Amino acid sequence: MATQTPYEVLGVKPDASPDQIRSAYRKLAKQLHPDLNPGKPEAEARFKTVTAAYDLLSDADKRARYDRGEIDESGAERPRHSYRPHAEGEQGWKYQPDGEMNAADLEDILSMFGRGGMGARRGRGEGFAMPGGDRLYTLTVDFTEAASGAKKRLALSPDNWLDVTIPPGIEEGQVLRLKGKGDTGIGGAPPGDALIEIHVAPHPNFRRSGDNVLLDLPVTVAEAALGARITVPTVSGPVAMTIPKGSDSGTQLRLRGKGIQRRGGPTGSGAGDQIVTLKVVIGDSGDPELASFLETWAPKHPTDPRRGIVS
Amino acid sequence: MIAFDELLIRLRGLERRELVRWVENRWVLPERRAETWVFREVDVARVELIFEIRRDFAIDDEAMPLVLSLLDQVYSLRRQMRRLCDAVAAQPDEIRDAIRKALPGARRDS
Repeated sequence: MATQTPYEVLGVKPDASPDQIRSAYRKLAKQLHPDLNPGKPEAEARFKTVTAAYDLLSDADKRARYDRGEIDESGAERPRHSYRPHAEGEQGWKYQPDGEMNAADLEDILSMFGRGGMGARRGRGEGFAMPGGDRLYTLTVDFTEAASGAKKRLALSPDNWLDVTIPPGIEEGQVLRLKGKGDTGIGGAPPGDALIEIHVAPHPNFRRSGDNVLLDLPVTVAEAALGARITVPTVSGPVAMTIPKGSDSGTQLRLRGKGIQRRGGPTGSGAGDQIVTLKVVIGDSGDPELASFLETWAPKHPTDPRRGIVS
Repeated sequence: MIAFDELLIRLRGLERRELVRWVENRWVLPERRAETWVFREVDVARVELIFEIRRDFAIDDEAMPLVLSLLDQVYSLRRQMRRLCDAVAAQPDEIRDAIRKALPGARRDS
């Protein structure tokens, strides 16, 4: 849960007057005072929070500093993050006028060197050639995008993009090389490459095992015992699946070709499977009719589900 | 990396429609993910910067692109300067010495 602001603690609006704050505090303090609530630790804890909120808001100077975001709810200084280390750091290229090192700028600098000084300056970068450097980017894709492939757009600078085709079946940490999309070369030399490191965001339900996708699927007692036709999500959309009659919890069912696209081939050249593991669930409340039926039910052929378990 | 809504919680006083406008103006470049935007550390720091210069220096929407552009140019120059310095630092002593002597205003040993 997010921390309450002192205004929320006292139940007043952020633009409340000092009088409103004082009366809100007094009202709460009367309810929560430890002497009036002996043996109630939660009242005491709230009393402390309310008092701390009032201490902060009743001091005009502290309240103004809090409103400006200089101090937090406890009155501690909020760390001020400077933008500069970020701008000059690894990710800073993103906001630079022309991406990383601008080839034209570099030529300007190089043209100042060793050619008789500025007076004898000839054409830009004349006689000097240097290939462009590689640029490293990171790109995060969704689990399903990694499974089936996708087109993503990577922001290079405020007005420059790179369209990246994510091949199906890409794995975490894999690096895509886009030829010629790095720094511009100087003096006619070739440009560098863009190296894009891919991160795959985890999925709440799917997990990956090689080319297969694993899914734990909750089913009801009735579906497991009687069999059922149900709809199951896959990385390529929902599909229908049959649960065989008399399935146990833990039964694995295979949906062929519904896993990760195999790499190195075009789409449709084959995919792994989705392996569904059934989890029989009773449900939160438990059906009272089911419970009363089971209480009176005497199986004709009793079985011991733990007969294979040895100690 | 943090999501759009988390950033709004972190930056008290920043309104949703304001942050949406900043992204739409391309003052800050979060990554598009599913139905939301996610912000890297550099993006978060930039949002904080925009937030602060709007509030503390009353820079409005008209002037903000100019301010950001100038800042970006300065940081770009500093990065390039650092690359050049790294390249000079990697040179043998005599080359570094020669560069030092050739710098305008540097003391010349004669």
